[in-house]
Amino acid sequence: MIDIFKGYKGDAVEILKKFNIRVWSETEIKTTRGDFSGIILPRSENDDDKHIVLKLVTGYNVGIDVRTITDMKEIGYKEAHYKIPEKEFPFTEGQSKVKLFGTGGTIASRLDYRTGAVIPAFSPGELYGAVPELADICNLETEKLFAVFSENMGPEQYKTLAIAIGKEIEKGIDGIIIGHGTDTLHHTAAALSFMIQNPPVPIILVGSQRSSDRPSSDAALNLMHAATAAAKSDIAEVMVCMFGPTSDEYGLLHQGTRVRKMHSSYRSTFRTIGDTPIATVTRDKITPIKRNYNHRRNDRKVSILPYFEDKVALLYYYPNMQPDMIYSLIDNGYKGIVIAGTGLGHVNKPLYPAIKKCKELGIPIYMTVQTLWGYVHMFVYDTGRDLMNYGIIPAENMLPEVAFIKLSWALGQTDDVDKVRDLMMTPIANEITKREPYNGYLIYQGGIPEVEEFIKKVHK
Amino acid sequence: MSKDFNVEKNFNLTKTNVGYTPRKETPLKTYKELGFISGLEVHQQLKTKEKLFCRCPAGLYSNFEDYDAELIRHMRPTLSEMGTYDGTALMEFRTRKNIIYRIKNETTCTYDVDDTPPFPINREAVDYAVQIALQLKLNIVGELHITRKQYLDGSIPTGFQRTAIIGIEGIIPLKKKKIRIIQLSIEEDSCREISDIGHERIYQTDRLGIPLIETVTYPDMKTPDEVLEAAQYIRFLNRSSGKVRIGIGAGREDVNVSITGGTRIEIKGVSHNKWIPELTHNEAFRQKALLVIKDNLNKFIPDAEKWKPVFKNVDFDVSDIEYAPIKEAMNKGWRLIACNLPDFNGILSHFLQPGKTFADELEGRLKVIACLEKPNFIHSEDMNPVFNETLLNQRAKLLNCKANDAQIVFWALQEDVQTACETIEERCRMAFEGVPNETRKALKDGTTIFERVLPGADRMYPDTDSAPIPIEDEYIEKQRKELPVDLVERYKQLKKWQVPDDCYHYILRNNLVPEIERINNDLKIDPKYIATTFAHTLKHIEGQLIPDVLFPYTKIYDMFKFILDKKLSFDIVKSILPVIYLYSQMEFESVLNSLEFEGYTKEAILNNVSSLQSMFSKIKKSKNPKAAEKWIMGNLRPIALGNIPLRELNTFVQKSISEGGAK
Repeated sequence: MIDIFKGYKGDAVEILKKFNIRVWSETEIKTTRGDFSGIILPRSENDDDKHIVLKLVTGYNVGIDVRTITDMKEIGYKEAHYKIPEKEFPFTEGQSKVKLFGTGGTIASRLDYRTGAVIPAFSPGELYGAVPELADICNLETEKLFAVFSENMGPEQYKTLAIAIGKEIEKGIDGIIIGHGTDTLHHTAAALSFMIQNPPVPIILVGSQRSSDRPSSDAALNLMHAATAAAKSDIAEVMVCMFGPTSDEYGLLHQGTRVRKMHSSYRSTFRTIGDTPIATVTRDKITPIKRNYNHRRNDRKVSILPYFEDKVALLYYYPNMQPDMIYSLIDNGYKGIVIAGTGLGHVNKPLYPAIKKCKELGIPIYMTVQTLWGYVHMFVYDTGRDLMNYGIIPAENMLPEVAFIKLSWALGQTDDVDKVRDLMMTPIANEITKREPYNGYLIYQGGIPEVEEFIKKVHK
Repeated sequence: MSKDFNVEKNFNLTKTNVGYTPRKETPLKTYKELGFISGLEVHQQLKTKEKLFCRCPAGLYSNFEDYDAELIRHMRPTLSEMGTYDGTALMEFRTRKNIIYRIKNETTCTYDVDDTPPFPINREAVDYAVQIALQLKLNIVGELHITRKQYLDGSIPTGFQRTAIIGIEGIIPLKKKKIRIIQLSIEEDSCREISDIGHERIYQTDRLGIPLIETVTYPDMKTPDEVLEAAQYIRFLNRSSGKVRIGIGAGREDVNVSITGGTRIEIKGVSHNKWIPELTHNEAFRQKALLVIKDNLNKFIPDAEKWKPVFKNVDFDVSDIEYAPIKEAMNKGWRLIACNLPDFNGILSHFLQPGKTFADELEGRLKVIACLEKPNFIHSEDMNPVFNETLLNQRAKLLNCKANDAQIVFWALQEDVQTACETIEERCRMAFEGVPNETRKALKDGTTIFERVLPGADRMYPDTDSAPIPIEDEYIEKQRKELPVDLVERYKQLKKWQVPDDCYHYILRNNLVPEIERINNDLKIDPKYIATTFAHTLKHIEGQLIPDVLFPYTKIYDMFKFILDKKLSFDIVKSILPVIYLYSQMEFESVLNSLEFEGYTKEAILNNVSSLQSMFSKIKKSKNPKAAEKWIMGNLRPIALGNIPLRELNTFVQKSISEGGAK
């Protein structure tokens, strides 16, 4: 059925029917609170059925309580349709060819004025209409692979992406950009790091923390940074490109396996954990921070390994956790478990029997740390040694989410626990590093005089 | 330019042609002839504890140099409904400004700098706004819908202001007519601008986010004085609620003015109501002047489409020039551009406002749009020409100009040259059309300067971060109980108390009627006397002294109570008030000590009269009977003040003298 009342329900629909009023009609309303007039707008389905939304001539929206309405009269009708303007993306001889894959994140979009819905901009023409500067950086092609929110990205999408990227590389692309929602951006980055090995070109995942329908959005600048990195950088890795500081200054290129979203809303939410970012990026240049990275190559030798086992769990340990948490995973057929343990990698004694059971059943358990920074060290306390005896494998300094993705990827290829162990413990893209540099862990505390002095001078 | 062109003469002549007269000499019918109409947008901060969409404290201001961190942003235009960019948006983007925010941890959180979505709206602010909307008798909406109103100047880090309509359609009664209200909205206040130089604008975020109401009137005011009256009424009404902030910047007006054939011009940031008449008067004539220019241009240049300015790099040597701005620009390696405006002779020095010409319009736009600091150009109709004969000839040769043309020379960084050329051409083209849509900044002297292109109606977006907030009937009834007495009733009350007319403004401005009422009710003091104590005595003191802390008006009640308790005479008020105004924390006993007051009974004071009388008769030099009275009063005043009404003492002295004289 076509929803002619566009989001209205219950009492609100009744009153619209009673006075024979359509959505988008210009209406005069008499209420016990006085008269109102304007255009009836659609209503968000989650809102109540007691109000009607009206756009006043001044451009403001207001709600009218249906219980106060005494009369309504339609005096006109103005339905609005929205479309992002398309301008042909210009081709510039000599510029790198970059492919942008869309996954459904709203990296470039604008708001539907009247309903508040977000219309994504995606075709090169639309993107050029919104961020014309891109044409000065690269020759852009786009392909919309799927339209899902970040939280709904999963194994199928990882695999499709990896295969599509592999094909583009074969065809001779100079760089890849993936537009992605930010919530699970780092999960996808980790998955692609394992599924696309030895890429000859940069593969850049980018998102935005403030949607592009607002003037202060970070989307346009992130997109320009990503395009610069994809088109011009020498760094052939899977990377996340997002704001360095919250100021509009530069972006950071993070290794896909060492990056994590660390703030629910900040622009500079993505941080490299336990290492430094690979490079900084501005609209016109890339400045490496690290010296060791894979360089851009002309060959097209890339390995695409699109494997993923769905039955893997990431268990966040908490005090007094009961063994039934693990038993239920066993009962439900899970094939591997990653635990984010406390401190150096610990869980409580009541879990031991369940852990032992996993070993007997050939369900590998990998230990990571909730502290995010630092290595799992299971030799320091007896607890750790006991756990290892029961089969738990310390996953070095792999981030919990990364270990989860990697275990799923490994189990997607083999059930052999020894082979899985080899895959898990052999670093592919710095998910495990030999050492943690001194500046790999920096969380400054506000209020301390020297820190205050620093942030007064340097943009955070 | 023709040799016999006289700039000053042209300015005065065009001023006469426009028909400009100073406001005080302008009869009301002139405004009618101009087709003057004006409307108001009155902004008023609410006295809430916290900001509107976050939990930062509201109303704490800090010094511009006192900040904890800075951050940089740029504002990018977003596409409008029709798939185009809003005029203001585009202009702001052309300016390529680095916007710097100075933040203080105490007053600024991650919401303020757009790194956290909004928290639920501050209900205290909604309560106050609804109460004031009820005072204005507006139709209250059923649901608040938070809307984003775009601002690309950076004054709000998100790039938009969150705002919502509380009520629409009301009426305020002025002395002779009624003014209709369009709407009252609640919104978050913007940042305070610290500076705006070249490509860098700096803001302070302490004011950002403070809840504000905006009351918008229809353009029902037909004279500058009516605009002032309406502004005062709305201000007094807001203050009568007792729920608004007072002090510098807590109340600000935007005034819209247009005349027949002109356009709606928004004069922004009028922080003092008393500026309004002069500003609106001058704006009306500025529009008239632009219409005169339009007619002249279209007469001499029949095909405006073909009109085209010529821009050339200055190729002749200006190194001998003494004019500092050009010297500096040359030293910095900037470019020097000459421009010929065909058939524009007499336009650049054309009168627009007192002391301001059409050239000032160009100067304003070059500053704002092309980021060229003032002075940013010289021209052929400068009062004090910078170029000598030789340079003028070289310029004429370069531009190949004719006698009826006008010329401009400006200097700019390479990257700003194009925008500057476009800006000059754009503004000159607009002169053929009349009055360009724009917002203007109010100056103290009653004139205005260009601020921004007027934003279109397309800059309103629903806020996807907030849910609608229902306003139920029961809630409205609850707020109605909080309402103060109607402002009209306040006027009536003052009249009934026989308070002199010259007291009204001060009393209403400071919302003192409730305070007078309280003193009168509790202490049974004549309300007229209380009113003049406020509006004459205290007002006079306020003009003379500057206290360290804001003087609380409730202190007057305490003072009267103290006087009654101590059975003092009211004459002492004039001595006590300056002291408590300066030191409002001081105890009244200490105030008396500081005045060296000592208590005497009436008898003790009166007993001195006869001895003083005989003393005077010994030393007297004057035969005037008044001399004795004066001398005796002068001697007794210090001990009588506060102990006995001076008038009573005076009567006694007079009586005593006349009886003594009879002896």
